[in-house]
Amino acid sequence: MSTTESSSAGSDPTAPDPDAQKWIELQQSPDFVELRARLRKFVFPATGLFLAWYVLYVLLADYAHEFMATKVVGNINVGLILGLLQFVSTFALTTLYVRYANKRLDPAAEKIRTEVEGSAP
Amino acid sequence: MNSNPVLNIGIFGLFVVVTLVVVFRASRNTKTASDYYAAGRAFTGPQNGIAIAGDYLSAASFLGIAGAIAVYGYDGFMYSIGFLVAWLVALLLVAELLRNTGKYTMGDVLSFRMRQRPVRAAAATSTLVVSFFYLLAQMAGAGGLVALLLGITNKAGQAAVIAVVGALMIVYVLIGGMKGTTWVQIIKAILLIVGAGVMTLWVLGKYGMNLSGLLGAAADASAGKDVLGPGLQYGATGTSKLDFLSLGIALVLGTAGLPHILMRFYTVPTAKEARRSVVWAIWLIGLFYLFTLVLGYGANALVGAGTITSAPGGVNSAAPLLAEVLGGPVLLGFISAVAFATILAVVAGLTITASASFAHDIYANVIKKGVVEDKDAEVRVARRTAVVIGAVAILGGIAANGQNVAFLVALAFAVAASANLPVILYSLFWKRFNTSGALWSIYGGLTITILLILFSPAVSGKKTSMFPNADFDLFPLSNPGLVSIPLSFLLGYLGTVLSKEHNAPKYAEMEVRALTGIGAEKATAH
Repeated sequence: MSTTESSSAGSDPTAPDPDAQKWIELQQSPDFVELRARLRKFVFPATGLFLAWYVLYVLLADYAHEFMATKVVGNINVGLILGLLQFVSTFALTTLYVRYANKRLDPAAEKIRTEVEGSAP
Repeated sequence: MNSNPVLNIGIFGLFVVVTLVVVFRASRNTKTASDYYAAGRAFTGPQNGIAIAGDYLSAASFLGIAGAIAVYGYDGFMYSIGFLVAWLVALLLVAELLRNTGKYTMGDVLSFRMRQRPVRAAAATSTLVVSFFYLLAQMAGAGGLVALLLGITNKAGQAAVIAVVGALMIVYVLIGGMKGTTWVQIIKAILLIVGAGVMTLWVLGKYGMNLSGLLGAAADASAGKDVLGPGLQYGATGTSKLDFLSLGIALVLGTAGLPHILMRFYTVPTAKEARRSVVWAIWLIGLFYLFTLVLGYGANALVGAGTITSAPGGVNSAAPLLAEVLGGPVLLGFISAVAFATILAVVAGLTITASASFAHDIYANVIKKGVVEDKDAEVRVARRTAVVIGAVAILGGIAANGQNVAFLVALAFAVAASANLPVILYSLFWKRFNTSGALWSIYGGLTITILLILFSPAVSGKKTSMFPNADFDLFPLSNPGLVSIPLSFLLGYLGTVLSKEHNAPKYAEMEVRALTGIGAEKATAH
C-alpha cells in the first residue's frame, strides 16, 4: 500500500503526494533533525554501554568462577557485588534517561507537535 | 508438610471474589475496540507500571527464580539480573516510539510503512507462538503448585484444577477486557510485592538484618557446594557455559519483544505516560528481584535444597515452603493464593494479547482487508478467540504439567528476542527496512528458534529432557538465543537489501510521528 494511490486518484501518478511531501518536509526540518539527534545521541550509546556491561558480567560469571567467588566482606563475594551493581546501574540509567527526556526531548517534541496540530490538545 | 488445603483455597477464593467484583465494575464502560484492547488508553503511568510488574512477575519469576537460587545458588540470581536489565531496552528504544505509532498490536507498528497483509499475518503468527510458549509455562506451573498446596497428587485432580484456573481466566478476559485484566494485575502485583517484602524482612530478621549472616547459613546448609559463587548449574562443561551465555542474551533481549508487554504500552494516553510506566515497572521489578535473592538463599538456609527438590512441586516449591517455615499455614496460604493469582493474572494478560492480535491483525486486516462490516464484529471475534486460546492453554497446561517453569519461560524469551525484537528495532530505526526484511526476520527467526529447540537436549537425549527416551539432540545448547538472535538480525538485513521496496514518505511520517506523538491514538473519554 502506498500513499500515492490512497490520496490523489485520477491525477498524474508521478505528481508528488502533498501529504507525503508534508511528512518529508517535517522530517527534514531543523527542529526535527535536532530532536532526532538528541534522542539518538542518548539512547544509542546508553544501550551499547549497558549491554556491554551486562555481557561482561555474564562472561565473568560464566568463565571466571574463582574471581567471582572471592570474598570481599564477610560472605559477600565479588559476584554478588557485581550482580547488585547491575541493579544499581539499571536504576541509575533509568533516572538519567528520564531526566534527559524531560529536559531535552519532551519540550522539543512538544514544540513540533504544537506547530503541526495547533495548541488545542 | 502441613499444608491446609481448605485455608489455601479460602484465601484464593477471597482473591477471586474481590477481583471479580473489580472486573465487573471496570467492565461497565468496555464497549469499543479501544476499550477492550487498550482499556480506553485511560490508565496513568504509575497504574500501568504496577500492572506491567504484575504482568511480568509471573510464576516463573516468583516460584522459579526463588527456587533456582535456593537449589543452584548464584546461577539462579542470573535470571533476575537478565530479566531486570532487559527493561532498559524497552525504556530506551521501544516503549515511547511504539506507543506513538501503533494502536493495539505489534502488527500495527510493523505494517505502518509496509504491505499490510503479509506483515500483519507474520506479526500475528509470532505473537501467537510466543504467547503459547509463555502460556504453557504458566499453566505447567499451576499443576505443580496444585500438587503442593492442595495436596492433590494424582494427575487427574491436577488437571481438573488447571481447568478451573483456565476457566476463571477466560471469565476475567471476557467480562473485563483490558481494563479488568489490568486491575487484576495491579491488585496481584501489590499483593505479590508486599508478600515477598514481608517474607524478605522476616528472613533477614532471623539473621539480625545481616545479609552476610544469611549467606553464611545458606553456605553451611549446602554441605560443601559453593552456592555463593557462580557455576553450580551451568559451570560443569564448555557446552553448559555456552548455554549460560545463550540464556543471558535471550533474557536481556527478549523482554522488549514480548507481545503482552508491548500491548501494555497502549493502555496509557501518551508516550510520556508510557515512559513513566516503564520507570515504575523497573523500580518495582528490581525491588522484587532483590527480595527473591533473599528468599532463595533463605529457603536454602531454612528449608534446605534437598527438602525443596524432593517436595511435590520440585524447585518451584521453594518460596511456599519457606513461607510455611516462617509463618505457618496462614502465611503459606497467603503466598499460595498470591502464586495462584499470579498465574491467573499473567495468563489473562497473555490471552487478551493473543486474541487481540488474531482479531485485529488477522481477522480485521488480513481476512476482512481492513473493512469490517460493523464495529462490534472485531471485538466479538477477539472474545471468541480468547475462549479458544483459553481452552488451548488448559489442554497445553495439562500436557506440560511437571515441566520446569523457568526453563519454558526462557524459551518464550528466546522466541521473542529472535522473531520480534529485530523487526521492532529495524522498523523504528532503520529507514531502508521493508516488507521482505520483516518477513525474513519474523518467519526466519521463528523457524530457526523452534528447530533449534526441537533438536536441543531440552527436548530429547537427556534424563531431564521432555522425551528422555528419544535421542535427536543434534544441537548442543538448550537455549537457542546465541545462534537464533544474530541470525534473525542478519535475515532482516538480507531480506531488506535484496528487495527494492523502499517507502521514503511513509518512513518520514512514521519517524516524525514516533518521535513527536503527532496523530497518536488518544485516550477515549467516558
